[in-house]
Amino acid sequence: MADIGEEKQFSRRDFLKTTGVFTGGILGGSLLGSVFMNQSQMLTDDDPEVSEESTSEDEAQNESMEARTFFSRSEDFETLAAATERIYPEDDNGPGAIALGVPYFIDRQMYGFWGQNSQDYSYGPFEPTSDTHGFQAKLNRGEVFLAGLRRLQELSMEEHDTAFADLDGGAQDELLRSFESGDVEIRGVRPETFFSLLRNATIEGVYSDPAYGGNKDMQGWKMIEYPGPRMGWAEDIESEEFMSLDPEGLRSYQGGGI
Amino acid sequence: MAEELDKVDVVVVGMGWAGGIISAEMAKAGKSVVGLEKGIDKNRSDYVGVKDELRFDNRYQIMQNLTGHTVTSRNEIDETALPVRTMQNMQLGTDVGGASVHWAGATYRYWPYEFEIRSQTIDRYGADKIPEDMNLQDWGITYDEMEEYYEKWEYTAGISGEQDPLAPERNREWPNPPLKETPSLRLFKDATERLGLHPFQIAAGNLSQNYENPDGEQLNACMYCSFCTRHGCDFSAKSDPLATVIPTAMKHDNFELRTRANVRRVLYDEDSGKATGVMYVDENTGEEYEQPADVVVLAAFAFANNRLLMLSDIGEQYDPETREGVIGRNFNGQYNSAFHGATGFFENEQFNLYMGAGALGAAVNDYAADNFDHSDLDFIGGGAIELRQYGFGAISSSGNVPGDTPNWGQEFKDKSLHYAYRTLTIWYTSIAMSYWHNYLDLDPTYTDEYGDPLLRATYKFGDQERNIAQFGIERCHEIMEEMGADIIEDGNVPEEFNHVYSGGHYTGGVVMGDDPETSAVNSYLQMWDVDNLFVVGGSAFPQFGGHHPTPTIGALAYRAAEGIERYLEDEEQLVKAPGRKFI
Ligand SMILES: Cc1cc2nc3c(=O)[nH]c(=O)nc-3n(C[C@H](O)[C@H](O)[C@H](O)COP(=O)(O)OP(=O)(O)OC[C@H]3O[C@@H](n4cnc5c(N)ncnc54)[C@H](O)[C@@H]3O)c2cc1C
Ligand code: SF4
Repeated sequence: MADIGEEKQFSRRDFLKTTGVFTGGILGGSLLGSVFMNQSQMLTDDDPEVSEESTSEDEAQNESMEARTFFSRSEDFETLAAATERIYPEDDNGPGAIALGVPYFIDRQMYGFWGQNSQDYSYGPFEPTSDTHGFQAKLNRGEVFLAGLRRLQELSMEEHDTAFADLDGGAQDELLRSFESGDVEIRGVRPETFFSLLRNATIEGVYSDPAYGGNKDMQGWKMIEYPGPRMGWAEDIESEEFMSLDPEGLRSYQGGGI
Repeated sequence: MAEELDKVDVVVVGMGWAGGIISAEMAKAGKSVVGLEKGIDKNRSDYVGVKDELRFDNRYQIMQNLTGHTVTSRNEIDETALPVRTMQNMQLGTDVGGASVHWAGATYRYWPYEFEIRSQTIDRYGADKIPEDMNLQDWGITYDEMEEYYEKWEYTAGISGEQDPLAPERNREWPNPPLKETPSLRLFKDATERLGLHPFQIAAGNLSQNYENPDGEQLNACMYCSFCTRHGCDFSAKSDPLATVIPTAMKHDNFELRTRANVRRVLYDEDSGKATGVMYVDENTGEEYEQPADVVVLAAFAFANNRLLMLSDIGEQYDPETREGVIGRNFNGQYNSAFHGATGFFENEQFNLYMGAGALGAAVNDYAADNFDHSDLDFIGGGAIELRQYGFGAISSSGNVPGDTPNWGQEFKDKSLHYAYRTLTIWYTSIAMSYWHNYLDLDPTYTDEYGDPLLRATYKFGDQERNIAQFGIERCHEIMEEMGADIIEDGNVPEEFNHVYSGGHYTGGVVMGDDPETSAVNSYLQMWDVDNLFVVGGSAFPQFGGHHPTPTIGALAYRAAEGIERYLEDEEQLVKAPGRKFI
């Protein structure tokens, strides 16, 4: 192992600039001793110079992530988008899943290690319909999504002679509920498994760092009044008042680029 | 053929708290030590600038990859076990530092009663109080004997604590003052005080101030950044092996750390009855090595400690039919019957719950151990009631809705935005017992990437687990009511263990004790049958206490280190078991 005392992830200047700390007394000894200053010397997090600059950078990066890299049929993607919007709809509080970029977030998640279950145990034999032992499908998550979305479309055509994406909200909800309650069949996976993946991935897309392509312009965080990753709250942790702050993302936390 | 390497004094398998402590102590004592860690190299800079809820809380980035390896699980002895396939359901430590890097930091000592639970239960309530199917055991060590080792671990770790008014006196104060108090903790403390209970600030492995430990390692004050549990600390402010014992070991040339070294067997010589070393695979190249050593230390967490002994055919496998054998016996842990309680929703208060630290919290121990009369209760033991302010991310806060709310759609969105920061949960960290029907062995069907059988866990609740969960829920409800919540929701008593292994509180299988018939290791965690083999970690717990395990794992590791040093001098069994003949 290299000498811990020598290693640094960023230049000190960048780090101080972006985390709202100015130089002063130095903490004793270790790795961060040379980087982080005494907590009492933290600037407040709404230091205007810091937040304005970093927020716009965070906002700018979403656009180029809006292309499909996993779902190849646009029909599947439209079904997905419509379903996520029912799970997290646009309303008076603010945008819904589609405007927040959630379908693209899910597309990228399916393309990555999680969608491929590349860190999960995947040797047989399989018991895909077991209802006691969590995920037991032979299919990976990407395949579960495709199987589930196609079944959703199929049922929509059978029952309404209309594509799922074109149904009205009430009919869409009813179909989704039949998956949630396990009342339909999907070959190789329990319908509840598909539904909870869809539900959870949608929520993750709304609220995870914009670095993953969802939570567009941090509007998910704004709605829920989450400020994003900050250096720390040592100064505010005892505060009686709820603090509602403009959010900042991981990109600005890390120094906004190399 | 495996390449044979030069012999060392001590080889340590696994680099969490347990293995890190042994490595540091042996290195300080001038022994030649090799540390083998299956995961990759990590140091503190790996966690700088990576505050990311999705990556760590939802995708379990720093937990053990299950690709070729997991545990199989079942409730009943005649059932077919299925593999636990996803990291959502199986959270194990990995890489240098192990699970001891992503722990939260809640620090409790076990109670004097818990170390002598069998004797004290019989003394106070009579033998009938112990259900027939429960393997309730004393630990073979008392709290008074443990005190010095607890203290040593707490000072190495730099724990920030305050004296719990109900706990036994300590020889020395906590090394650091408690963490700051937040409005939600104050609410809990005021309410519990009004109810005549005894609140205190949870002792934390998150440092309240800058600190230099007795080994000369520097830790920094916690920033309450909230990216703590399941994450590594950005600031070297969480007490973990990367900030403490591993750098201490690394300062000594007689310690060598090898990463991506997957230990597959303990090498054992029938004639001498000694372990001769370990066999491991270098996961970079696939090459096999034999590392000979005078002392072999398994510190690879409860599951791997058990499995390595079973794969190496060391010690007698426990058989539930005959109830004989000790390896795999008394598998236990805090599962979904522990951590049950009540959730309160507050219409007129919004708390800054996105701020916090892993072990920032308040607790009462009035319902812990035998601190309350169990004469009319249908269980024994207890646990702490805790309120924690971990610092919650947006994904997890969005789940804070009263239970009759649908969990998706318009109403969900509306309510989750409203309640995200108006919701507090308190729970009972109840004790978990061992039973004859709960044990570990090798699975007959599923294998790892090398074709070796997976470990199979057989685990179901006794009545005790459901009864204590119900009791905890009721006490939590009373407190939540006193805290003034507008809506209170009680947890449901779980019917059966659901095969979810999250939270890292599973133990047993290579348990300690003073009788080789019912324990595998003595109170130095030295195997009764193999004098130079020490099995360190939660695997030694005869049953789970009513609190988090890590301080006890740390303290036992310090005791084991003392034992290993003595063994290297005298080369003999350190404890004379009653009625046992020694040749
Ligand atoms: C989310 C979470 C929160 C927690 N919070 C708390 C808390 O607040 N308080 C508390 O007391 N406890 C807590 N715990 C529990 C705590 O993490 C464990 O008790 C502790 O880390 C156990 O330490 P250990 O050294 O025994 O094992 P680990 O830290 O897991 O180390 C074992 C090491 O062995 C390695 N290994 C495994 N197999 C092999 C092999 N075959 N060859 C080589 N190396 C191998 C692993 O890769 C790992 O690095 C928490 C756990 C989790 C998961
Ligand atoms: S809350 Fe404190 S101890 Fe935890 S990661 Fe943040 S700074 Fe480190």
